[in-house]
Amino acid sequence: MTRPLLALAGLTKAYPGVIANRDVSFEIEQGEVHALLGENGAGKSTLVKAIYGLVKPDSGAMHLDGKPHEPNDPKAARAAGITMIFQHFSLFDALTVAENVALGMENPPPLRDLSTRIREVSDQYGLPLDPTRIVGDLSAGERQRVEIIRCLLQDPKLLIMDEPTSVLTPQEVEILFETLRKLKAEGTAILYISHKLEEIRALCDTATILRLGEVVGDCVPRDVSAREMAEMMVGGTLHVPEREAGRAGEVLLTLDGLSAPSPQEFGMPLRDISVEVRAGQVLGIGGVAGNGQDELLLALSGEMAVAPDMVRLRDRPIGRLSTNARRALGLCAAPEERLGHAAAPDMTLTENAALSGKTRKHLVKNGFVDWNGARDFASTIIDRFDVRTPGPGNVARSLSGGNLQKFVIGREILQDPDVLVVNQPTWGVDASAAAAIRQAILDLAAEGTAVVVISQDLDELMEIADDFAALNEGRLSPPRPAKGLTIEEVGLMLGGAHDMEVAHVVA
Amino acid sequence: MITLERRPQPSRTWSFLSPLLAVVVTMVAGGIVFAALGKPPVEAIRTIFWDPLFGDFAGYFRPQLLVKAAPLILIAIGLSFGFRAGIWNIGAEGQYIMGALFGAGFALAFYPSEARWLIFPLMIVAGTLGGLLWAMIPGILRVRFKTNEILVSLMLVYVADFLLDAMALGLLRNPEGMGFPGSRNLQQYPAAHNAELITNTGMHWGVIAALFAVVTAYILLSRHIFGFNVRLAGQSPRAAAFAGVSANRMVLICLGLSGGLAGMAGMFEVAGPSGQVLASFNVGYGFTAIIVAFLGRLHPLGILLAGLLMALTYIGGELAQMNLQLPRSAIQLFQGMLLFFLLAVDVMTNFRIRFGRREVA
Repeated sequence: MTRPLLALAGLTKAYPGVIANRDVSFEIEQGEVHALLGENGAGKSTLVKAIYGLVKPDSGAMHLDGKPHEPNDPKAARAAGITMIFQHFSLFDALTVAENVALGMENPPPLRDLSTRIREVSDQYGLPLDPTRIVGDLSAGERQRVEIIRCLLQDPKLLIMDEPTSVLTPQEVEILFETLRKLKAEGTAILYISHKLEEIRALCDTATILRLGEVVGDCVPRDVSAREMAEMMVGGTLHVPEREAGRAGEVLLTLDGLSAPSPQEFGMPLRDISVEVRAGQVLGIGGVAGNGQDELLLALSGEMAVAPDMVRLRDRPIGRLSTNARRALGLCAAPEERLGHAAAPDMTLTENAALSGKTRKHLVKNGFVDWNGARDFASTIIDRFDVRTPGPGNVARSLSGGNLQKFVIGREILQDPDVLVVNQPTWGVDASAAAAIRQAILDLAAEGTAVVVISQDLDELMEIADDFAALNEGRLSPPRPAKGLTIEEVGLMLGGAHDMEVAHVVA
Repeated sequence: MITLERRPQPSRTWSFLSPLLAVVVTMVAGGIVFAALGKPPVEAIRTIFWDPLFGDFAGYFRPQLLVKAAPLILIAIGLSFGFRAGIWNIGAEGQYIMGALFGAGFALAFYPSEARWLIFPLMIVAGTLGGLLWAMIPGILRVRFKTNEILVSLMLVYVADFLLDAMALGLLRNPEGMGFPGSRNLQQYPAAHNAELITNTGMHWGVIAALFAVVTAYILLSRHIFGFNVRLAGQSPRAAAFAGVSANRMVLICLGLSGGLAGMAGMFEVAGPSGQVLASFNVGYGFTAIIVAFLGRLHPLGILLAGLLMALTYIGGELAQMNLQLPRSAIQLFQGMLLFFLLAVDVMTNFRIRFGRREVA
C-alpha cells in the first residue's frame, strides 16, 4: 500500500468556550480529490487552517509524505508543498494579473518571465488568462484563475480550496473541474470544501464529514445520494421546503426601465431592467456576483435614489422615496451583507431590530424610540426564527453568521411586507438554517407577499422561485417559469458563454 | 508572546475603568516629566489636583472650576455627537471665537442699551449662530465637494484667530479705550453682562447652559431616534443608510450642533469671565474640549466629570506655574498626555491581552 500524502491523527483544537476540532483523523492519498463536508461551525475552517499553518492544534499529529508536518505559519506550509485558495480573493484590483501573482510569491521572477510562465500554465491547464489585464476588470471566475495559477506556479502537492464554486456560473464550474481533474491526473491531491453536494458527487473521490468538530463519517460521494450526505452532515433528516401552488395575484412591484450608475467604484451600473412581480409570486434573480445584484438591492430598498417611475409599488412611483418611506408603503429589503449593512455589528439585537423595524412596527413616537417595544420585537424574531443567542441584549457580531442571517431575514418577514426583496438569503448559512429561511420566505409568499430573491445559489432559486431571471452585466433577462428549466438553459441565461473562448489576447 | 484578542462584546468594565487608569498613568508619567525638569513630582501633582480644591487658597480657586469647566463641557457635548457619528470637527476653537465675536458684536451694536431682557437672550442666539455658521463652512464643503472636514475646520481656527485680532484692533475696539486694543468691557455693560448668578460660586448662565446641554444630550442619546441615528452612522455607515439616515444631513446637523454650542460657549465667556474682545481671548478651550469629549467616553455624564477634571488641571496648572515655576508648556503637555494615554488604554475595551502562543482564530 502506498503511503498517504497527508495523514491527520487525533487532531484537537479548542477555543475558549468551544471545541473546534475533536480527535480528527483522516488521510489524503496522492492524486485524490478529498471533500471536507460539514455545516457552518462544524470545524472545517479550523482544520484546514491547521494544515495550512494558520492555527496550531492543541494535540494530535500531522504527517506529510511520512514526515511530521508542523507548520508555524503559511510560509512553512507552502514550502512543504501545500497551497490554499480562500473563498475571498486576496487580489489588488488596480494591479495586473502578473503583478498580483508576483505579490503572492516568495521569490518572484522578473515580470516578463513570470508572464511567460503564467501563459504556459494557463494553456497547460485550460485556464484562459491574460497576464497583462487589470484584475479590477476581471470576472469572478477569472479572478479565481489568478489565484489558482498563483498556487500552481509553486508546484503544490496538496491544493486546498474553500468553497471555490460559490462565485462561478455552471459553465465556469465545468472549466474549473476540468482543471482540477488534470491536476489530479498529475498526482496533485486536492482538499475540497463545499456545501454543494452535487458538485462533490461529480468531482470528489472520497469525503470526510464533520459535525460539531468531530468526524462523523466518510463516504465515496459517487455511491451515495446528496440527500444522504446532507443528512450525515446535519445528523438528522433534512427538511426540504415545501410550497403550495401559488395563485398569482395583482401586480405589486413594477420595475420599468430601471437604469442607474453604480454608487461604488468597480460597481456595475443597472441597465434598463423591466420586470413585474405579483402578489404571492417568488421571483428568483440569479447571476454571478458583481453583475448588479448589490446595486439592484440598493435601488429597491431606497438607499439609491432613481427616477420615480423606474420603481413602482402598486403602480405608485417610489423611485425617489427614502428607505423608511418605502417601508411605510410595504416594501422591505434585506441586503446581502449581514454585518455592517443589514445590521450594525456593535449594536444589540434590540437596537438592530429598531434599525429597520422602526417604521412598520411603530417603534418611534414623537421622535423617541420605544425601546421596550423594540426589545419585544427582537425577542419575537429570536423566538420565531430560532435565533441562537442568550438574548436581545447581545451585540450583533457575537452571533454566528447563520443565526444573524435568521435574525435579519426574520426582522423583515415579521414586518408583514407587501413586497420583500432579499439578496443572498442563505449565504454561508448551514443546511438546516437555510431550509428554515427558505420555508419562511415561501410562507410569506403564500400569504400574498411579492418576493424577489436575489441569489447566486442556483439550487436555492430552483427550489423556491416561481420564475427565474438572470442578471448579467447589469441587465435582467426576461423571467421564465422556473419549473422545467435545465441547468444548461440557466447557464446560458446567466451569460455563461462569457469567457468560454480562450482569453482575449492583447498584443 | 503578547497578543491582542478581540473581545466578543466591548467590555463595560473597561469602558468605565480606562479613563480612570489613563488619569493615573498620566499622573505617573507627568510626575516623571516634572522630576526631569527638576521639580518635586509629588508636590507638583498635588499642586495641580489637590490645592485648587482643598489648599490654603481654595476659596479663591473653587469658583474658577465652574467658570473653566462650563465652556469645556458645552463644547465637548456638541463635539461628542459628531465624534460618535464619525464627523470630526477639530475647529471648535474657531467656532468658539466666532460665537464670541457675534455675541459681543451684537451687544456692542446696540450700546448703550438698557433692555437686558432683549439684548442678553439675543446675544445667546447671535453667539450660537456665529459658531454654527462658521461650522457650516466645512460642512457644506464636505457635502458638496467631499473635502475633509478635519482639515477645513482646523484651518478655519486660524482664520477666526486673525479675525479676532482684526476685530479687537478695528471694528470692535473701544472708542473710549485710549487707543488700547480690545473692545468695551461687557462686564460694565449691564444689558450684556453674563454675571455670576450666586456670589463666589462661579455659577453663570453658561454653567446653566452646560448642565442643560448635558441632560438634553443624555436624553437624546439614550431615548431619541436622533441619538440612535448618530450612533448608527458612526458605527456602521452602510447600516445607517439602510436605516434611512442621510449621511449628508448627518454631517450638517453634527457640525451645526457642535459649532452652535461652541459659539454659545464663546459668547458666555466674552460676556462674562473674559468681558472683552481681545487678541488673547481664546485659551484653547476648543481644543481641550476634544480631550474632554474622549476622556468622558463621548457620554454626557462622563463629559461632565471630564470637564471638571480638565478645568482642575487648568487651575492647578496656573497654580503650579506660580508656585513651582513650572513652564506653561509642561502643563499643556500634561493635558495632551491624558488624551494620549486614554487612547492607549482604550484598546482594553475592545481587546484583551493574552500572554502566550501566537494564534489566528
